[in-house]
Amino acid sequence: MANELHAETLALREQFDDSAQQKDASTLGMWIFLITEIMFFGGMFLAYTIYRNAYPNAFAVASSSLNEIIGAVNTAVLLCSSFTMVLAVRSAQLGQRKALIIFLILTLLLGMVFLGVKAYEWNQKFEEHHVPGASFHLDGTPLQGQAQLFFSLYFCMTGLHALHMVVGVGLLTFLIWKSYKGLYTAEYMTPVDMVGLYWHFVDIIWIFLFPLLYLIDRHLK
Amino acid sequence: MNHHVDAVKTYAIVWIVLLFATGLTTVVAHVDLGAFSVVVALAIAVAKMLLVALFFMHIRHSTGLTKLVVVGGLLWLGILLTFTLADIWTRGWVGVPGR
Repeated sequence: MANELHAETLALREQFDDSAQQKDASTLGMWIFLITEIMFFGGMFLAYTIYRNAYPNAFAVASSSLNEIIGAVNTAVLLCSSFTMVLAVRSAQLGQRKALIIFLILTLLLGMVFLGVKAYEWNQKFEEHHVPGASFHLDGTPLQGQAQLFFSLYFCMTGLHALHMVVGVGLLTFLIWKSYKGLYTAEYMTPVDMVGLYWHFVDIIWIFLFPLLYLIDRHLK
Repeated sequence: MNHHVDAVKTYAIVWIVLLFATGLTTVVAHVDLGAFSVVVALAIAVAKMLLVALFFMHIRHSTGLTKLVVVGGLLWLGILLTFTLADIWTRGWVGVPGR
């Protein structure tokens, strides 16, 4: 009982009836933020759809220059990180502090592996002159401008996705530190839950980016 | 506090299905399905999204209000996509000057 009271004074704000209501309000607020993120990425997916429809050949040629095996492996890495994240949330729900910290660290590591692979891929693109701008690899061919559109979208979309991952890595580091201090209990673990929602959302964006960027008309190759 | 704590087994099954779907979408992309190939790719992506949202993001345990907000958000995304594409794809139908 004393412990429960302590958790309540720690967590409950006066405008809420109880901690369940407070949690529902946080969850709703987080989802409204995620909806704004859907609209933000939605604009880029829209631009992608319009240009892919306008220049299907250039998009197929440019897409096939990406290594789809690396892309698929990185997708798997991100899905594994979502799995460890959901296990972290579950550990927090059960008040298992040690398991929570371990799963948060695993999620952080997998997120960094993803970013590392992404950095490698970007580096390859620079070396192969696939980056839009001067000395683009298709300079002087009819596909030059259209393929640059594909790579502009590729760098914008994967870049903004990676930026979200970097933010996620920061949030996870914060959670690991606070968990280590013992802030989260079965009664109060809202921040773990909210970062979990964010992490899974970023995963969902990648679930769409992978087939749309890497897997256009692969059978033509 | 009253949490819906799901079994580890449930999460593990979802995780394995997600990995399998990633392999499937990569393999299917190499098969010539014509215009249908983008439909298959998107169908697999939507299925993966639903699995992540329903299980990992706990939408299936969410309050009705949260579910409404999520569906509402996707509806707005649908408006963005449908109306813009309806404009772009029908511009060639009639001879509008300056199109």
